[in-house]
Amino acid sequence: MSNYRAHVLVCCGTGCTSSNSHIIMENFSKFVAEKGLEKEIDVVKTGCFGLCAEGPIVVIYPEGTMYYRCTPEDVEEIVNEHLVKGRKVERLLKTGNPDSNPTDFYSKQMRIALRNCGRINPDKIEEYIAHDGYQALCKIFSTKRDPAEIISEIKESGLRGRGGGGFPTGMKWDFAAKVQNDTKYVCCNADEGDPGAFMDRSILEGDPHTIIEAMTIAGYCIGAHQGYVYVRAEYPIAVERLSAAIDQAREHGFIGQNIFNSGFDFDLDIRLGAGAFVCGEETALMRSIEGKRGNPTPRPPFPAVKGLFGKPTILNNVETYANIPVILNKGAKWFASVGTEKSKGTKVFALGGKVNNVGLLEIPMGTTVREIVFDIGGGIPDGKKFKAVQTGGPSGGCIPASLLDTAIDYDNLVAVGSMMGSGGMIVMDEDTCMVDIAKFFLEFTVDESCGKCAPCRIGTKRMYEILTRITDGTGTLDDLQALEDVAVSLKNGSLCALGQTAANPILSTMKHFRDEYVEHVVDKKCRCGVCKDLLQYSIIKDSCIGCGMCSKVCPADAITRTDYIAPGKKLAAFEIDPSKCVKCGACMETCKFKAIVKK
Amino acid sequence: MSIIKLTPEEQATKLEAVLSKYKGQGQKALMSTLQQAQEIYGYLPLPVQRKVADALDVSVANVYGVISFYSFFSLKPKGEYAFNVCLGTACYVKGSQALLDKIEESLGIKSGDVTEDTKFSISSCRCVGACGLAPVLLVNDDVYGRLTPDEIPAIIAKYKEEANV
Ligand SMILES: Cc1cc2nc3c(=O)[nH]c(=O)nc-3n(C[C@H](O)[C@H](O)[C@H](O)COP(=O)(O)O)c2cc1C
Ligand code: FES
Repeated sequence: MSNYRAHVLVCCGTGCTSSNSHIIMENFSKFVAEKGLEKEIDVVKTGCFGLCAEGPIVVIYPEGTMYYRCTPEDVEEIVNEHLVKGRKVERLLKTGNPDSNPTDFYSKQMRIALRNCGRINPDKIEEYIAHDGYQALCKIFSTKRDPAEIISEIKESGLRGRGGGGFPTGMKWDFAAKVQNDTKYVCCNADEGDPGAFMDRSILEGDPHTIIEAMTIAGYCIGAHQGYVYVRAEYPIAVERLSAAIDQAREHGFIGQNIFNSGFDFDLDIRLGAGAFVCGEETALMRSIEGKRGNPTPRPPFPAVKGLFGKPTILNNVETYANIPVILNKGAKWFASVGTEKSKGTKVFALGGKVNNVGLLEIPMGTTVREIVFDIGGGIPDGKKFKAVQTGGPSGGCIPASLLDTAIDYDNLVAVGSMMGSGGMIVMDEDTCMVDIAKFFLEFTVDESCGKCAPCRIGTKRMYEILTRITDGTGTLDDLQALEDVAVSLKNGSLCALGQTAANPILSTMKHFRDEYVEHVVDKKCRCGVCKDLLQYSIIKDSCIGCGMCSKVCPADAITRTDYIAPGKKLAAFEIDPSKCVKCGACMETCKFKAIVKK
Repeated sequence: MSIIKLTPEEQATKLEAVLSKYKGQGQKALMSTLQQAQEIYGYLPLPVQRKVADALDVSVANVYGVISFYSFFSLKPKGEYAFNVCLGTACYVKGSQALLDKIEESLGIKSGDVTEDTKFSISSCRCVGACGLAPVLLVNDDVYGRLTPDEIPAIIAKYKEEANV
């Protein structure tokens, strides 16, 4: 790599590819070749840089110049100015959102799982190898390391599952290793069901080999010879890169028969999901790999004893695996020195919603929510007020402003009524209605409940109906009590965690934003103007010139003239009778003077 | 970009190839077979389900059970231009519901339906992983990000022109 005087890194993660970064890549190759610079300048396709909202992103080394929101048309100028004349293209140095600040975005991060994302070309195994890739695997075989010893190192590192539950990874491997069976399986959960999260996708797209290396190590530790990566069908780029990476690893002898002449065999296959959230749950995922409906099955028996095809199986999340090679290379002690007492290492979050720096970030455990939202995330756009952060997706909860100083780790997040989840983190501002958000998640769980157990199938539906009543203005205070009652039955009675946690979004919003619920049922008001049935149209009398257009288009005769003449106006203003208004919005569309508002 | 239309004969030959690859493998090959069959036909009509069941030696009821469980499998054909609005949390918070409402209004059909001339269909999904661009709309493989409802009519007009309607 050192023969090149400059490297142009083009992000080809999903966000940037959606904005044509693959064409940007092609154009770079084209213009670099046109200038005859192909021996001096290397154009590299990489995974996600993290700051997705400002994509497509192009980074030029050795300076490390970052260009934001590039278009295919910008490429010629970058080549001519930056690469030929050595002058930066100032116009692309600024982010599209003036409030976003990339320096702050990166300064508090620490990258372990994302170490290679945006740094290497995911299509080239050589680049992974050049960044210590397959070193951990190679060392295991060259030193003939005992599997039990590796497992105890993982245990010592304190690594806990990043898929949501936070179960200690070393312990899980230990269980499966101790069960006697000739056939065992290693599975990777890349179903990433939490809507609004894209951590696992970015790792698979940006650094697929790390998953292959880690799963092979896991296979060696528990005595498995076959692995499956279960990827959701919505991730075609991830699937493509992962399968190319698996082929390369096989060609290089890192997986397959007799790896490093050790006599150990291990191979990997990809299985595609088909759009069922519950298939992220471990037992459902295994049924799905078996080709069946993804219904969860009761535990015990745990997968470590009886999992995929009835054989002992371990399942870990993508991000969990991405930590394994680093732990083995740098040592358990080093890893355990990062983070808090009970949550070691880092966590990747997909920060989204109403925040300036939308993107992918990785922080040491113990970082506060405030640091993420306001320092890394750069605060709330358009000068709006922060309301809450949602973590844990449909199983999680909302963290209000009063708890912004909560230090992120598994136990703290549960204590404030949310959970770590897989890493989705959605910021909400004053315009987000918390009842509507609870309803949004419930609609999701109603859709996704597999229907096998009654508490979940019926309970989520009943709760959704109650929330619909509350948001359409027919709810009562008794409904709030009913929500809490159903929630308890769900928690205690459901077969899997989908149902057990389905009420969390409601319970946490009711706990922290009860006043909004009460406002919906008692005052029939939605302060954010989100719940359409509760909206009321009204006329700002001082803006009304009295033309009467609104009154003419009103199908319900709800608009009449008053006696009030606004200062500077000639005719008396109109007003809307809320009891007659049918909320069609025709008046507001007609008024040319912006005198009609919806609140 | 529109979906490349295969002739019925081409579809049948391609399906045969897929079925012979998985023949006799039973349940464990069912998902992969269905995924590839749907790629060929765009959806999974009953005759295709029957053929899959025969080839894998599982019951048609079983095949139907799997199809109806997973939202990715479709029993109805999609439009030539499939509008798919992301209703994942990141997009929802940024107003993707309003996008969906506007598209329904402009095309005159509801989410889940296809226009009579089978040119357009609307559906929603939960996160395509491009949350940085929220709110996101997919039209077949084209991705539109950071959209507002005002931009919808122009997008629809563009595809209508392409589709000659
Ligand atoms: C309804 C439901 C959905 C889940 N979805 C995911 C998911 O999308 N990705 C994931 O890694 N884990 C998911 N999990 C957690 C898995 O069941 C399992 O605990 C995890 O994959 C284990 O890996 P880990 O120990 O490395 O976290 C889900 C759990 C439930 C109950
Ligand atoms: S929530 Fe829409 S792309 Fe992720």
